[in-house]
Amino acid sequence: MNIKINGEKVQTNLSTILAIQAAFYPEIKTPVRILNGFQTSENLEITEGDELFFIEKGKFPKQEEFEAMLSARHTPHVYEKVKQGRVAIAGLGGLGSNIAILLARTGIGHLHLVDFDVVEPSNLNRQQYKIRHLGMHKTEAMKAELQEINPFVTVEIDTVRVTQENARELFADDDIICEAFDTPEAKALLINEIAGHFPQKKIVSGSGMAGYESSNLIQTKKSIGNLYLCGDGVTNAKVGRGLMAPRVAICAGHEANMILRLLLGQETV
Amino acid sequence: MVMVNGQATPQAVGQTIAHFLASNGFDLSRVAVEYNGEIVSKDSYAQQYLANGDVLEVVTFVGGG
Repeated sequence: MNIKINGEKVQTNLSTILAIQAAFYPEIKTPVRILNGFQTSENLEITEGDELFFIEKGKFPKQEEFEAMLSARHTPHVYEKVKQGRVAIAGLGGLGSNIAILLARTGIGHLHLVDFDVVEPSNLNRQQYKIRHLGMHKTEAMKAELQEINPFVTVEIDTVRVTQENARELFADDDIICEAFDTPEAKALLINEIAGHFPQKKIVSGSGMAGYESSNLIQTKKSIGNLYLCGDGVTNAKVGRGLMAPRVAICAGHEANMILRLLLGQETV
Repeated sequence: MVMVNGQATPQAVGQTIAHFLASNGFDLSRVAVEYNGEIVSKDSYAQQYLANGDVLEVVTFVGGG
């Protein structure tokens, strides 16, 4: 039968994980074994078309095997689709920095990051930057982070403030746009410009994730046009109620998962 | 009768979108509006009058991200 082992097409009559490992990778002492995206220690039966990976635990893989290994943990047929995906992220604060990392880990092929600002100490309470990024543009800092997480993602950056004048041009090539701004005015401006002029584009937006109200108030809802709204819809950041890492990350997770669903053709929430 | 965010709103009939929003506590700089299934640009809020049978959906964004 024909299967794939560590990204290579192989023909074999061996029919179990352990038999195949003994034949092809006998030198691996502490193996991580992955069958069709699922790590297992059981000696499962192999069938036609299966994808197997054997990795020495904790070792850095050979360069040519690296992308195949990164993708090994993805559900088969998902990785191929998301690798073709292109997503714009407008705003790289608490929402956008988390969403960018989630999408890079998921293997989205092309990310378009847009932000005008630099990393400040006050960002570190919830945004995915580090002390060494202070003073850098968020676009540059996040691009560097993503390269360390998944070097096979193409990252395009625009270090610019989104305005009524430039919004349409900036996002003209992006079919899915993630709104991850901070102020309600910036959120409304982007939605109005994009949804008003490109009704076919899909927008995933965050609204209402401040404080430490219940996690379960945060939801993903289909809103007007092609707009998907994530958040509780009401809990704004204000004096005495700041933005905190857990709830911002929950909302970012909602946005990232909705984007993943859209890339895989699922348009329901 | 105009349906606004799913609520029957008879007093909206005859008002422009801009006037209705402003007099009902909506901040125009923080909303996106769908009028009879289409998202309308801010420029047309002041021109578009609401009539019987119209459906208005108003999304209000809150701060934080």
